[in-house]
Amino acid sequence: MDRAAGATPPNLARRVRGLSDRAIAWIFVAPTIFLLLAINIFPLVWTIRLSFTNFRANRPNADVKWIGLRNYERILTDSDIWLTMQATAHFLIWTIFFQVLLGFALAWLINRKFRGNDLWTSIIVLPMMLSPAVVGNFWTFLYQPQIGLFNYAIAFLTGTDPTSFTMIGDVALAPWSIVIVDTWMWTPFVMLICLAGLRSIPDSIYEAAECDRASKWRQFWTITVPLVLPFLMLAVLFRGIENFKMFDLVVQLTGGGPGSTTELTSVNLKREAFEKWRTGYASAYAVILFVTVFGLASIYVKALNRVKER
Amino acid sequence: MKVISLTEPSNLQKWIAGVLVGGYALITLLPLLWILATGFKTSEDSIAYPPKLLFEPSLEGYVNLFTTQTRQTQDFLDANPPENWYEKIVRNKGMVIAGPSRYGERFMNSVIIGFGSTFLSVFLGTLAAYAFSRFRIPLKDDLLFFILSTRMMPPIAVAIPIFLMFRSLGLSDTHAGMILLYTAVNLSLSVWLLKGFIDEIPPEYEEAALIDGYTRFQAFYKVVLPQATTGIASTAIFCLIFAWNEYAFAVLLTSGTAQTAPPFIPTIIGVGGQDWPAVAAGATIFLVPVMVFTILLRKHLLRGITFGAVRK
Repeated sequence: MDRAAGATPPNLARRVRGLSDRAIAWIFVAPTIFLLLAINIFPLVWTIRLSFTNFRANRPNADVKWIGLRNYERILTDSDIWLTMQATAHFLIWTIFFQVLLGFALAWLINRKFRGNDLWTSIIVLPMMLSPAVVGNFWTFLYQPQIGLFNYAIAFLTGTDPTSFTMIGDVALAPWSIVIVDTWMWTPFVMLICLAGLRSIPDSIYEAAECDRASKWRQFWTITVPLVLPFLMLAVLFRGIENFKMFDLVVQLTGGGPGSTTELTSVNLKREAFEKWRTGYASAYAVILFVTVFGLASIYVKALNRVKER
Repeated sequence: MKVISLTEPSNLQKWIAGVLVGGYALITLLPLLWILATGFKTSEDSIAYPPKLLFEPSLEGYVNLFTTQTRQTQDFLDANPPENWYEKIVRNKGMVIAGPSRYGERFMNSVIIGFGSTFLSVFLGTLAAYAFSRFRIPLKDDLLFFILSTRMMPPIAVAIPIFLMFRSLGLSDTHAGMILLYTAVNLSLSVWLLKGFIDEIPPEYEEAALIDGYTRFQAFYKVVLPQATTGIASTAIFCLIFAWNEYAFAVLLTSGTAQTAPPFIPTIIGVGGQDWPAVAAGATIFLVPVMVFTILLRKHLLRGITFGAVRK
């Protein structure tokens, strides 16, 4: 990392014309740090400050009262908030479950190095790079009970009537409709990371196991799984953080409905902040969310490092 | 002599794997093909039951996407025969073209804000990444982690104060405001990715240049930059795709002049409900460039989506 600075003789830097390395380092780093402070940290501090007030952004002239921890108290005792937390947990757990299962299986199959695997891989990764809002909006069309392709395909495969169910209008099915689209979009992400993990295992380990007459099954559980696990955990970390913040796809797909069955935390937060304009309350909500993501992520990273060290 | 490998999968295994993966790929592709196909359907065909796989292609969706229309009386239509092919398509519905729609503008906003913020974030990111890669900076690891952690915040959580801040600075609903915002969001990605790419360039090249009498700055742009072109290009594409796809900030902070395409496309409404061919046409034009870039980026894809944490 510091090889250049370290390897350069100390007086060389002074001998050459121009700015010193130290000055250049600061000139190069400062704009980035400044911009991040202005557009990320300053707003965050502002959010924290607002969270202790009853400020409403649609009434900038009303007087703002300092109300201490009242917002936090109200959020943590609100049963609706716990419902959105449950919806978020459902979404998180099932998307990660399906994506890990499918992503790992696909990577494992692609690693058989059959002909044409590059072409199929390129096709599979496409959804992940597309705009979730635009794609999510189109999925509402695919989910239409009569004219939608999804219902038609399911009906075709199972022999039921395509008009007998509506994915996004039904309280029981709506949470699954967002899980399906998210899985379709993000399975390739887990797949790519698993594939990198599988490709990092040298053939010689398997050859040695083969010489020791270990069964394929045993090889899978004692070589493949433990060596891919750190990669898989990294994939889960990324998906976890991203899906905790999930907003665009769900807003376009279900808008949080029916009722509030798919109202994930970010969707709920947007409603509080930009529809009900309870700015102070929403700020406290945002702080709680941020602390939760950050806390969970740091615990997880510790676990990940422990797995890596093994 | 045939060499027998112990680890090479058998042909049957390969065949089965190929069929399964191919099948999954086709399922993945289906919704995307459906977007493409719906764009070329007439509105009747798009809502036909059962869904039509074969249909007569029509440009109605694309014409509806780019124009606004008004209904006219039969007398008016008879008195003014259509002048061109798109006017003819619209006339079949008893409508006349009133003017261009807002899609073109929204698409251009996406282009301006996407390229503007990409340029800025790659420019600032390259400088910072070089400094982080080559110099001793106090608290380097903490600073790098801080840069990364800005990505963990849910956009809605910082949207409230950014909304207030932009309102008081006169930046709400402006290109400049959105470019600055997307630059800040993309900086974490560009710094981390580019630091990885620059770390891979041997520092010996610059040392040689320094000994030859280059200043540090000359060594940076005459030696390091040319070596880092591939890395810079793929970072730029990632930043561009992100800014292109962003929805949460766009829908909250823009409404008129600076609105980008993602919040606009879902609002395309025809006569009596959502005009799906027009929506699909808008989505196709918007998504195809990203698909092309994704295929071009194949080699660096993994690296980009993991912030450089996994390098094949």
